[in-house]
Amino acid sequence: MISVQDVSKSFTLHTQGAAVISVLEGASFDVAPGCCVGLIGASGAGKSTLMRMLYGNYLTASGRIVIGDIDVAQAAPREIMALRRDTLGYVSQFLRVVPRVPTVDVVAEPLLRRGASEAEARERACALLARLNIPEALWALSPTTFSGGEQQRVNIARGFAAPYPALLLDEPTASLDPTNRNTVLAMIEEAKAEGAAIVGIFHDVAARDRVCDGVIDVTDFTPGGVQ
Amino acid sequence: MTALLRVENVTKHYGTRIGCAEVSFELYPGEVMGIVGESGSGKTTLLNCLAGQLPCDAGRVMFDTKTSGLRDVLAMSAPERRMLARTDWAFVQQHPRDGLRMNVSAGGNVGERLMAVGARHYGEIRQAATDWLARVEIEAGRIDDRPTTFSGGMQQRLQIARNLVTGPRLVFMDEPTGGLDVSVQARLLDLLRGLVREMGLSAIVVTHDLAVVRLLADRLMVMKDGHVVESGLTDQVLDDPQHGYTQLLVSSVLQV
Repeated sequence: MISVQDVSKSFTLHTQGAAVISVLEGASFDVAPGCCVGLIGASGAGKSTLMRMLYGNYLTASGRIVIGDIDVAQAAPREIMALRRDTLGYVSQFLRVVPRVPTVDVVAEPLLRRGASEAEARERACALLARLNIPEALWALSPTTFSGGEQQRVNIARGFAAPYPALLLDEPTASLDPTNRNTVLAMIEEAKAEGAAIVGIFHDVAARDRVCDGVIDVTDFTPGGVQ
Repeated sequence: MTALLRVENVTKHYGTRIGCAEVSFELYPGEVMGIVGESGSGKTTLLNCLAGQLPCDAGRVMFDTKTSGLRDVLAMSAPERRMLARTDWAFVQQHPRDGLRMNVSAGGNVGERLMAVGARHYGEIRQAATDWLARVEIEAGRIDDRPTTFSGGMQQRLQIARNLVTGPRLVFMDEPTGGLDVSVQARLLDLLRGLVREMGLSAIVVTHDLAVVRLLADRLMVMKDGHVVESGLTDQVLDDPQHGYTQLLVSSVLQV
C-alpha cells in the first residue's frame, strides 16, 4: 500500500547563505495493508520529515513514494489533494483549525469532503468524540481553547473519521492519559484489522510494541550531514 | 475532469514596467487557488487580467463556459464577458464599497444581481435575498437598510451574498479579509470555506496574509516582481518553500 523507494531529501536555506542540509538518503521500505510500521531514531534524525514527505507536505528530492497508485514524489497538487481526500489520512502532532469552528465540524470535515451527508458526518464525528472522552458540552465549541490532550484527541478523531486505507500518525499517544491512550491504540488496531497500512512515530515504547509489526530506524538513512 | 480555467502566458505591462509576466496555470472545479506576494508583486494586476477587467498584452484565459465549452475570455466581446461576469463568475472586492451599491438597500444589492440575469418576480427575489442574508449571517431585519449603516465585516458578507446569489462557478477574491479585525476575519473564512464546499465553487484568492491562504486555499502561487516564482500545494509551499523569496516571506511572519 505504501512503498518508499530510495528516497532522499535536502533543504536549501536561501536566507542563510544558501546552506544545503542533506537530511535523508536512500530511504526504502514498504508497508502492506493491515500492517503498522514505526519510525524510530533520535530527535532530529528525520522521522517527521519523512512522514511529511509521505503526506506530500515536503517535496522529495529523488526516489519514489508510492501510496495506492500515486507517486507522491512526482504527483501534481490536485492528485495529492485527491489522495488526501480519499486514501491518505494524517494525524499531525498539532491541531490546526479555522478559529471559531465547532469541534464537531472540525472532526466531520474530512467526511463532508468525501461527499458524506451532513447528518452522517456529524453522527460519526459525535461517536468518535464520545469514544475519545471529549465531554459533550465541548463539542459545539472551537478546540482552540482546549487543553493539549483534548486538542490531540480532536486531531485523532478527525484523522480517524474517514476509513482511509493508508494512515500516517505522528505521536498519536503523546500527552494522553492511560485510558485515552488505550482507546487510541485500540482504534489503531481496528484500522489495521480493516486493512489500513499505517506509518507511525511513537516515542512511547510500550505503545509501539503493541501496534507496530516492524520498525524502521531513520538514522540508517542519515547522510554525511551539513555539506 | 476538465479544467474550469486554463491560463496561458498572461502578460501585462504598464509602459515599460512589468505588471505580470507569463503566468500560466489550470484551475479545476472545486479548487481554491491562493496568490500571495508582497505589495506591488502583480497579484491584483493578474486577478484583474483574468477577470477581463484589465486588458492584457498577451496570453489566453480559457474558461469552460456552460453554453459553449472552452472559450478565450480575452477574445470575447464586452457584452459576452459582462454576461459571464453576472452568471458564471463573481468578483469579491477588497473594499466592499467597490463591490456594493452603497445607496441601495441590502436586499436590493442582492436582488439586483438576480434581476441582471432575468429574475422578475418580486416575491421570489426578496425571498432569495432573505435566504442569502441569513446564509451570510445578516439579520433579516436589516434587509431594507443601506450598507452605509453596516459595519465593515457586515458589508463584506453582504458583498459575498450579492456575488454568490446567482450561483457562480468561479469567484475572484481580492484580499477578501483585508481591513477586517481578526475575529471577523475568522468568521468570514469559515463562511467562505463552507460556501466553497457546499456550492462546489472554484476560487482564486489574492491576499498577502499567509494564514488566510493556509486555511482557505488548496493550492498556492507565490509572485514576485510580476513573475510566479513558486507554486504547489498550499501546505507544501508554506512548510517546505523552495524559492529564496518564499522562504523569506514564510520566515517573516510574526508568531502570535
